[in-house]
Amino acid sequence: MKLKVNGRSYETEADADTPLLWILRDELKLTGTRYGCGDAICGACTVHFNGVPTRACRLPLSAVADGEVTTIEGLSADGSHPVQEAWRRHNVPQCGFCQAGQIMSASALLAGNAQPTDDDIDSAMSGNICRCGTYPRIRAAIRDVAGRGEDAS
Amino acid sequence: MNSVVHLSRRRFLALTGVSASGLLLGGFAGVANAARAGGDATGQRLNLFVSLREDGTVEIIAHRSEMGTGIRTSLPQVVADEMEADWRRVTVVQAIGDAAYGSQNTDGSRSIRNFYTTMRHMGATARHMLEAAAAEHWGVPQDQCSARQHQVIHSDGRTLDFGELAVAAAGQKVPQPAALMLKSPAQFRYIGRDLPIVDLHDITTGKAVFGADVTLPGMVYASIERTPHLGGRIAAYDGAAARKVGGVLDVVELKAPQGAPGFNNVEGLAVIARNTWSAIKGRKALDVKWTPSEHSDHDSEAYLDALQEKVRAGAGTVARERGDVDAALAAAGKVVEASYRTPYLAHAPMEPPVTVARVADERCEVWACTQNPQATQSAVAEALGLDKKAVTVHVTLLGGGFGRKSKPDYSVEAARLAAHVGKPVQVAWTREDDIRHDYYHSCSAMFLKAALDDAGNATAWLARQASPPIGATFDTTVTQLDDGNLSQTFGSVPFAVPNLRVESHEAPAHTRIGWLRSVYNIPFAFGVCSFVDELAHAAGRDPVEYWEAMIGDDRYLDFAPEGFAFSNYGRPIAEYPYDTARLKNVLRTLVATIPWGEKLPAGQGWGVAVTRSFLSYVSVASKVSVADGKLQVLEMHGAIDAGTVVNPDRVHAQIEGGMIFGLSVALLGQIDFERGAVKQSNYHDYPVARIQQTPKVIRSHIVPSDALPAGVGEPGVPPTAPSIANAVFAATGQRIRELPLSKHFSV
Ligand code: FES
Ligand code: FES
Repeated sequence: MKLKVNGRSYETEADADTPLLWILRDELKLTGTRYGCGDAICGACTVHFNGVPTRACRLPLSAVADGEVTTIEGLSADGSHPVQEAWRRHNVPQCGFCQAGQIMSASALLAGNAQPTDDDIDSAMSGNICRCGTYPRIRAAIRDVAGRGEDAS
Repeated sequence: MNSVVHLSRRRFLALTGVSASGLLLGGFAGVANAARAGGDATGQRLNLFVSLREDGTVEIIAHRSEMGTGIRTSLPQVVADEMEADWRRVTVVQAIGDAAYGSQNTDGSRSIRNFYTTMRHMGATARHMLEAAAAEHWGVPQDQCSARQHQVIHSDGRTLDFGELAVAAAGQKVPQPAALMLKSPAQFRYIGRDLPIVDLHDITTGKAVFGADVTLPGMVYASIERTPHLGGRIAAYDGAAARKVGGVLDVVELKAPQGAPGFNNVEGLAVIARNTWSAIKGRKALDVKWTPSEHSDHDSEAYLDALQEKVRAGAGTVARERGDVDAALAAAGKVVEASYRTPYLAHAPMEPPVTVARVADERCEVWACTQNPQATQSAVAEALGLDKKAVTVHVTLLGGGFGRKSKPDYSVEAARLAAHVGKPVQVAWTREDDIRHDYYHSCSAMFLKAALDDAGNATAWLARQASPPIGATFDTTVTQLDDGNLSQTFGSVPFAVPNLRVESHEAPAHTRIGWLRSVYNIPFAFGVCSFVDELAHAAGRDPVEYWEAMIGDDRYLDFAPEGFAFSNYGRPIAEYPYDTARLKNVLRTLVATIPWGEKLPAGQGWGVAVTRSFLSYVSVASKVSVADGKLQVLEMHGAIDAGTVVNPDRVHAQIEGGMIFGLSVALLGQIDFERGAVKQSNYHDYPVARIQQTPKVIRSHIVPSDALPAGVGEPGVPPTAPSIANAVFAATGQRIRELPLSKHFSV
């Protein structure tokens, strides 16, 4: 089976039902995409599939063939995506485990909606759990990218 | 978390091999251990924690585990400050597990409080040695040389870079602690500053290495089906279908030793495969029957009902007593009583437990997301019959810990399997494994009763509880909480009530009970802080004013005359007194930042709670709205007096995160047992707070203090749930005495 990740083509002999998550992690060693629930509930494995934020833990290899996958490693060459930079300005991460997924969801939101309202932010980010509780800073960082400073309205 | 050490200290010491919490400068004896301790540090060693490369890079050892508190930054930040190192030229090196460092058990909110002074000494030692080396080089007295920002400067203006001094400094005599000149706070360069965490770039680019990111050549993957009830054993199994799954290599029985669970693996059946997905699929094809045990009938609802009745109906073991409670209750004009209960909780860190182990040549090497590498080392050594020295434990970043990853059962599994299959093995827990095989936070039943005089002041306080003890995890004969456990809020209430009694009932454990972020403070702050609010309303008084009246005069509490062995989180009471002035001050400081007493629309209300947790004074105020059965938390405000703080931004982050963890406890958290097994399995039925449940307004405040540093990681949690329940009462008149609130409202 073929797949395209971060602009590169790969071939794998894994079973067609293998979730993309395990191809990324076990085979391609793209370990920034993380396992948190395996059931599309937590968002830790969020990647962009044809630009759409998608849970890699429930996306079988068979569904990936004709699309483009972007992982956190491919979001920018050097960590300079505006969302990554905002994440650092606001010191968002605590343990950091959920943050690749958070950044992938946030970057997809902002790509489609440069001026999200607070409700837009909550609804776009509602599939990404952060057990450390970095939500207030996630909101602030997204508002910042959207040019809205840190107002708490 | 201290309580477990306290409670079964001998057992614990046997497991950890650590003799005391602190590493003294005597730890320099550890230099002899240099070849092993110090992980990958490559420079000239100045002391156990500091090495210096000839290019001037300072390598500082982080010996505590990073699970999100920022400790891998904050402790090295202290060293760099005292050393006058330029932070931009510092590299942090994660330590392996080694008793030379003193305790590496990263729980109990004690990394800063137990190592702040040690780290200052380490930095100052390195600075003195650099100054001595420069003095020798120039042939001048040492007092003419002073280190500043990675250089030693002579009074005539000459300078030498730290790098140029590396070799000479390492050859200097280590100064005696008494000879060390520490900086004055006015000279601090990094302590008290918001340095970003050292892993920030790696985390935001996906490069950070967590437990599951370690791979070794030839590594195989294991997924383990475990006994659903404590004490179950494999009665029979059929692994044929699992073996037929593509990629599956083997099915292996993982026996559990007899006796208390401790840090051992529970019994299970492991599927070994070429990759994660094959292991998971193979495991689904297993057919296993388990033997029953004395715990296989455990039903948490019935168990809590029984505990609730027991604490309501009769006297327990007296833990603390002042005056004559019974006489005061009998004489009272008004008596208020209430029963509270809280469920079992799971830690559910975002990263489930995971370990890679390799066993070869009578040695074992482990890579684990562990809070406690020395306990991992001991537990693995014991399981494999190896000497501790033959076990090396590498510590990765932890995707959250909250106490779960202090227990190295998952590393024991990996080590046993690696020994069996003769290849490196990764044991990765699924989320279902994590939710179903945790060391659960204790459930609790409480009964509180108070007498009020005509002004509404309390004249008697009677408090009883029954909660399964953490101690039972290590010693099955332990059936109730000791004074160390009760020191967490319930037994240590700071009330100026003339008659007071605290009692404890037995509550035998039916699962592995563990410690979770703030431990027994969580149920007990819920009971105590809710009940004070109830008394305030019964007295017709403002809850904040009532809290201050309950706490009474400024004083240091003395528990000894009341027969209570207050554990004070393992610190001497002379060093960390329980100071009621600071407790009241944190409450006042917080309330001054919110519109307490404001007129609110119907269905909205404010609630407040305050306690002392892990030596810090902490208060939370919440504002809620309740409409059509839907509860929304609108605001949460927290204040902490944690004494001296090193990295204020990380302290704020811990208070924000602690309150949001507390929000999960308040609204959502509940683990149920049915026929001995946990009902919940993943984040859909064990939900934790999501962004849309998190209030739009979250504020944290640090009370300025130059007192000794106290705990920060845990204290934000306990006051949160009672502040929300009290706000619900203010909003609706409905008193909720059982968590989680999702039982009563849609959240
Ligand atoms: S691991 Fe995919 S959503 Fe949780
Ligand atoms: S930062 Fe730890 S789970 Fe989000």
